[in-house]
Amino acid sequence: MSDDIIIIEHLVKQFKNLRAVDDVSLRVGRGKVLVIIGPSGSGKSTVLRCINHLETPTSGLIMVDGIHVDAKASHINAVRAEVGMVFQQFNLFPHLTVLDNVCIAQRVVRGRPAEECRRVALTQLERVGIPEKASAYPSQLSGGQQQRVAIARALAMNPKIMLFDEPTSALDPEMIKEVLDVMQDLARSGMTMVCVTHEMGFARNAADEIVFMDKGKIVEQGDPETFYTNPREERTRAFLSQILH
Amino acid sequence: MSNFQKNPEVVISPASGAIVSPIASRLEKVQWWLLAVILAGLLALYFILTDEQMTRVFFAVAGYVPFDPTQPGTTGAITLLTRGIGITLRTALSAYLLAVTIGLLVGLARVSSNPIINNLASLYVEIIRGVPILVLLLYIAFVVVPIVADALGLSTRDFPNEVRVIVGLGIAYGAFESEIFRAGIQSIERGQMEAARALGMNYFQAMRHIILPQAIRRVLPALGNDFIAMLKDSSLVSVLGVSDITQLAKLYASSTFLFFQTYSLLGLIYLTLTITLSRGVRWLEMRLSQDRR
Ligand SMILES: Nc1ncnc2c1ncn2[C@@H]1O[C@H](COP(=O)(O)OP(=O)(O)OP(=O)(O)O)[C@@H](O)[C@H]1O
Ligand SMILES: [Mg+2]
Repeated sequence: MSDDIIIIEHLVKQFKNLRAVDDVSLRVGRGKVLVIIGPSGSGKSTVLRCINHLETPTSGLIMVDGIHVDAKASHINAVRAEVGMVFQQFNLFPHLTVLDNVCIAQRVVRGRPAEECRRVALTQLERVGIPEKASAYPSQLSGGQQQRVAIARALAMNPKIMLFDEPTSALDPEMIKEVLDVMQDLARSGMTMVCVTHEMGFARNAADEIVFMDKGKIVEQGDPETFYTNPREERTRAFLSQILH
Repeated sequence: MSNFQKNPEVVISPASGAIVSPIASRLEKVQWWLLAVILAGLLALYFILTDEQMTRVFFAVAGYVPFDPTQPGTTGAITLLTRGIGITLRTALSAYLLAVTIGLLVGLARVSSNPIINNLASLYVEIIRGVPILVLLLYIAFVVVPIVADALGLSTRDFPNEVRVIVGLGIAYGAFESEIFRAGIQSIERGQMEAARALGMNYFQAMRHIILPQAIRRVLPALGNDFIAMLKDSSLVSVLGVSDITQLAKLYASSTFLFFQTYSLLGLIYLTLTITLSRGVRWLEMRLSQDRR
């Protein structure tokens, strides 16, 4: 038996008359880091969102850690409990303090007692480097700090997989590094990660595999070194020259 | 920034552009209408306290029966709870609590993706909003209640008029409140629900812990305004013979012919209640916008 923790086979997602994802098959090994790149509208986010069923696939098969992600509520909740997600817009809960942002799902979903939630939350805030902001509200934090809280919030649920959807593209340049550093640490610690990001430095340092998508299809995939230095496909080359200009 | 701009004592009039004295600028900000109302209230209070006839009118409208030692249980301060002002406040408050409860449930139903629930809720809202409240009250009191009483094997007398009125007003206002809740829920960014779901919360947990706390904060002023409207519309209960302040005023005026005194006082009592409340709502609005997070 292979040790692929995410298996995607022939995934199709149709929005009315737009095929956002068109027959995508992918595997991610346990502890591996996959980076997805591609032009805007190529279906990267949609693939990511199908993994934890924020989008319902039109057809195809998705297995996460042996669980079939179909419309069955119990399966979806089981999968979501194992998959953490970080969004481009952070999506912190503005009515809760940083600490409560990290505690609420532990309490509501996992049923952990308050004291344990707090301990786990503080550990994770420590890990992302902002334990001193525990009692602040999200609006009092910089973008980079907010995104790190969002990472801590996901980690507090002890996920086996982390999904990142352009976590740094809403950030000012000087804050990108602090978030990428946290992600890099996470990758080093053996977390399975699927990241949509155009940060080449991160991809080269942390990724085990890069996938390039265009118009809902996978155009090319491979290890980062070959991918960036010697892409096979013309379309990949054109895209890379654009983001590297 | 220069010192000149920082100095609060020097103000440039928005109208003329001239530098005006601090006193004049403060006079521009005074809410004269509010002063006028307060003055009228004080004047009325003066007459109530000094003029015997006005005292009687006030007691009659407010529902106060002066204490009588031969009938200790049914006279004195206690009458304010069972008649007049007591009924007005109690009806408005109970009906409002009912309306907010209905509104929250129907508002949630309106944003539900289940087509049956969604359509039933829309049907309720559209029907109720399309019928005058007075007609609705009459309908519930004289059509719905007898049917329900019949079905339950009870007599219509088991449903006092005050209860019918509360149910009627509650159902009527429930439609308005549900629209407020719906708008509040829909004003919360999509990402909030997605983040909550991605963390493993189910729909109801996400609603309860993430969406509703934010939505309710946003709609508190609107909900407060509807309580004021409810207080005014509670005067409709007089058509069912419930002894609220409007009903008492009607009875008193027609038996004494003191129309001017009675109805002026009645209006002032409502104004006192509503303006006090609307000041409260304004204050709430200000506090919410200050610590907007
Ligand atoms: N809920 C939706 N309804 C209709 N169309 C959608 C929906 N979500 C996404 N799409 C469309 O599907 C296509 C793929 O979207 P997706 O968000 O996956 O692209 P992306 O690669 O993540 O792009 P970006 O880099 O801009 O985030 C786009 O054309 C988008 O407009
Ligand atoms: Mg995207």
